[in-house]
Amino acid sequence: MSSSATEGVPTSDGQRFIPGDGPNVHLLSEHTRHEIDGWISRFPAGRQRSATLSALRFAQEQNQGFLTGPIMDAVAEYLRLPSIQVYEVATFYSMFETHECGRHHVSVCTNISCWLNGAEDILAHCERKLGIKVGESTPDKRIFLKKEEECLASCTGAPMMMVDHEFHEYLTPEKVDKILDGLP
Amino acid sequence: MAANPQDDLINVEVDGQAVKARKGAMIIHVTDQHGAYVPRFCYHDKLPVAANCRMCLVEVEKAPKPLPACATPVAEGMKIFTKSKAAIGAQKATMEFLLINHPLDCPICDQGGECELQDLALGFGRDIARFNERKRVVKDKNLGPLVSTDMTRCIHCTRCVRFGQDVAGIPELGTTGRGENMEIGTWIERSVDHELSGNIIDLCPVGALNSKPFRFQGRSWEMTQAPLVAPHDGFGSNLFGHVLRGTLKRVVPRPNESINETWIADRDRFSYEGLHAEDRLLKPMLRVEGQWREASWEEALQAAARGLKAAGENLGTLVHPSCTVEEAHLAARVTRSLGSANIDHRLRVRDFRDASADPLHPTLGLPIGEVDALTGVLVVGGNLRAEMPLLAHRLRKAVVRGKARVAFIEAEPAPYHFRVASRVGAAPAAWVHELAAIVKAAAELAGSSPGPLFADLLHGVVVSDAHRSAAAALCHGTQRIVWLGAMALRHPSSVDLRALGAELARVSGARLGLLAEGGNAAGLWLAGCVPHREAGGRAATAIGHSVQAMLEHPQRAYLLVGAMEPEADFADATLAERALNQAACVVALTPFASESIKRVAHVLLPMAAFAETSGSYINLAGMMQSQTAATAAPGEARPGWKILRVLANVLGLEGFAQQSSEDVRAELQQLIDAAAGAGAPEALVSTHVPAMAAVSASADLDLGTLDVPMYSIDAVLRRSPALQQTSIAERSRTAGGQG
Repeated sequence: MSSSATEGVPTSDGQRFIPGDGPNVHLLSEHTRHEIDGWISRFPAGRQRSATLSALRFAQEQNQGFLTGPIMDAVAEYLRLPSIQVYEVATFYSMFETHECGRHHVSVCTNISCWLNGAEDILAHCERKLGIKVGESTPDKRIFLKKEEECLASCTGAPMMMVDHEFHEYLTPEKVDKILDGLP
Repeated sequence: MAANPQDDLINVEVDGQAVKARKGAMIIHVTDQHGAYVPRFCYHDKLPVAANCRMCLVEVEKAPKPLPACATPVAEGMKIFTKSKAAIGAQKATMEFLLINHPLDCPICDQGGECELQDLALGFGRDIARFNERKRVVKDKNLGPLVSTDMTRCIHCTRCVRFGQDVAGIPELGTTGRGENMEIGTWIERSVDHELSGNIIDLCPVGALNSKPFRFQGRSWEMTQAPLVAPHDGFGSNLFGHVLRGTLKRVVPRPNESINETWIADRDRFSYEGLHAEDRLLKPMLRVEGQWREASWEEALQAAARGLKAAGENLGTLVHPSCTVEEAHLAARVTRSLGSANIDHRLRVRDFRDASADPLHPTLGLPIGEVDALTGVLVVGGNLRAEMPLLAHRLRKAVVRGKARVAFIEAEPAPYHFRVASRVGAAPAAWVHELAAIVKAAAELAGSSPGPLFADLLHGVVVSDAHRSAAAALCHGTQRIVWLGAMALRHPSSVDLRALGAELARVSGARLGLLAEGGNAAGLWLAGCVPHREAGGRAATAIGHSVQAMLEHPQRAYLLVGAMEPEADFADATLAERALNQAACVVALTPFASESIKRVAHVLLPMAAFAETSGSYINLAGMMQSQTAATAAPGEARPGWKILRVLANVLGLEGFAQQSSEDVRAELQQLIDAAAGAGAPEALVSTHVPAMAAVSASADLDLGTLDVPMYSIDAVLRRSPALQQTSIAERSRTAGGQG
C-alpha cells in the first residue's frame, strides 16, 4: 500500500487529498497510482476530477493499450468520483480505447496534404504488412491500426502517421516497415 | 444581498416593452416574468444552466448572432426580441435540427400529448422534413424497474444528467461518446437507484425517459387529474393522481414550493400500484366457525357492532399512522363512546413513558422551507434518505449551498448525498450513552451547564472527540436543530433519547424535531388517537392502554383501522399476533385481505385506500392538507370515515350524523381550536431523567428490529411490484430486513 493511501496526496493549495480505496483500486499498479498522485497534486483540494484525463492515460498504458470497466471504476474509486464521470471522459476522447485492442495505436493521416503525398499507399502498405484492416488489431495484440487520422497538423512532413503519441513524418514503405517492426 | 434591492435593478426592453430586471438575471428569467414565452428544452428552473439545446435563442440588439436566453445575463439597456424574424428564425432552425434525428413515433410514444418537443414542433417545426438521410438509432438502456427508456427519442438536453449531479447528488446518468455517437446512459448497464430517480421522468422533455409501470397504459388526454397528498411519510408531498376510466393509473408531483418543490420520492410516485393488489378486499367478510365467507355490509356491521359492544372498556383500537384525520377522529370517538380509552396509532413505538411530556404532536421543529437554511443538525437514529427522501433533499441543499454541518448518531453509516460532518457510530443499545456524551460536549462548547436533573447522569459520561465533533456540528451557525429519526422513536429507550434531545437542544440553543413515521402522525395525535390525549391534545378523562399495553394485556376485542398486517406493522410481531389471536372479536377496516389479517380477524370491512377517499393529512410541519377521492374504491369498499360513522349508527352511539368528510373535519377542527385556547400541551416540558441502567437491558437490541426498509413501511408499498423490484428493496431483502 502506498503512503498516499494513508497520509494523502498534497494538493496545489496546500491541503491533502486522501485517495479512495474501493474494491477495484488494487487494479492500478503502484506506478500508475504514483503518476496519478502527481496529477492530483497539481490541482486544489476538491478538484481531483481534473486529474481524470491523465489518470486514464496511465491506466490505459498499464493495461496494454485499452481501458476496461473495472479499471475505469478503479480510477473513479481512487479519485473519489462517480464512475459515470470517468466513463464520460473515457468515451469522449479518441485517445482512449474502451474495447480490447492492440497495445500500440497506429493512425495514418489521410487528409489532404498526406493524401497528395501518397498516404493511401502508406495505409495500404500497413494493412498488407500487418494483415489487418483499419480499426483492427494484430492477432498478437501488438499493433492496433486505429483509424485514418484527419490532419494532425504535420502537413510539412506529409505523409505522416502517429504511433502511440509519436509523430513519424516523410513516410515511405521502408520507413513504415522499420517503425512497425521496431514496436515491442 | 444589497441593502437596497432597487440598486440591483436595471432597465431592459422585452419585445419593445420597458421592464426592470435584476442585475445578472438570465434573459429567460426576465422574459418569463413578463409573459414573453421563449421555447426551451434544456432549461429548467431547478437545474443549473446548460444551454445545450439552443431552442431559446432570442435576438438581442447589437448582438451579431442570436443568443441563448437561458445563459445570457441581462445588461443595462439591453433590447431583447423574442418574436422577431431573427429570433423565430433561429428557433425554427434549431427545431429543424432537433427533429433530424428524432423518430416520428409519437403515435406509440407514451409522452405523446404531454411532450414538450411535440408541442413546440407544432409552433416551430416545418411541415416537411428536408432531411432525407437515415436517422440515428440508439439502443435502449435498462435503468431498472421504474424508468423506461427509448433513447432514440433523446434530444440530449441533459436535464436527467444535471438532476443526478445537482439535485439527487449522486450522478448515475451521464453523456458518453461524442458528436453523433453521444448517448445518455450509465454506460455499463446498471439501474438508476436513487430514491428520487423517478423525477427524471417528469424532467425529460421528450419520450426518452418514461414511467415503466405506466408504459402503454393510457394517454394523457384520456385521464382526469386529481390533487392528492402523499401518505407514506410525514412530509406531506403534493401529488396529482391521474385516473383513467376509474382506475388510478399514474402519480406525478403537484408543484408546491413550500413543501416538495417540483419533486416527489419514488415511493410516492409508484406506490399507487399497490392499490391494484390481488388481495384487495372487495366485499365485507365474516369468519364463521373458522371459515371466511362474504357477507352483506349490514350483516358485517351488525357482527362488528356486537363484538365491539360486548368488549366495552376492554376494546382496543389501533389506527394506522397513515389514516386520514377524519378516520382517526371517528375511530377515537367510537372507541371513547363505547367506554374504552384504549386507542393508539404508534404501532412501532416501544417506549411510552413520560407521556405527560409528549408534545401536542410530533413535529419537524421548523417550517419545511427553513430546512434549506439550517446550519447545524444532529440526527439521532434516523436514516433520512429512507425515512423522508425529500427532507434529506432539502437538507442536502442546506449542506451544498449553505455549508450546513450535519452529524449523525447511527448504527451503520448510511450513504448520504451530502458531506456528513460527523458520524457517531454506535449500536442502538448505546445511543442513549452517545447522546448523553454529546449533551455534555455541547454544554462544554456552548459554555452552558446541563440542567440539575441531568447533572448526576452526565457526571460519569466520557466525552470523546467524535462526540465533540458532533456537538460542534450542531453548534455551527444560527439555524440549528436536533432531529430524532424514526429509529430513535422506535427505540426501547426513545423517551430517554427524547429527554436528552430536548436537553441538548436547550444547552446548545437548537430546536428539537421528532420525525415520527406514517403519513399522518401529527394528524393522529391531534385527532386524539393516543390513549392519554383527546382531540386537540386535551388530556383524556380516562387514560387507556398504549398499543404495547393493549397487546401485552390482551383485550376482549380489537378495532383495527387502516391497512395493518400483524407480522409487518408492529414493533413486536409475535406479541401482536398472539394478542389479536386471543381476542373474542377483531374487526378490521382494511383495504387488503392479507393472509395474516385473515388469521386474526373475525370481521373484515373493505376500506378505501389513500387515493380513494376524501380526507386530510397533517404533515410534521403542522400543515393540514385535504384531498378529494381521485377514484372510487373497488368493489364494495367504502371510505373509512363512512364505515366508522355507519358503524357508530349501528352501535346506536350519539352524534354521528356527519354527511361528508368535510363535516367530520370541521367537527375536529372545532375541537382542536377549542383545545388550543384551553391549555393544550405546547412543547416538551420533561422532568424525565433517563436511566442509564435501564438501557443496558436492551443491549441485545439489533438494528434489524428498529430499521424498517423504506419500501416496506406500509401495506400499500409492500404491494407495489415496481418498488419491490428496485435494488433498494432487493438490498433490504438480502440484508435480512422485513422484505
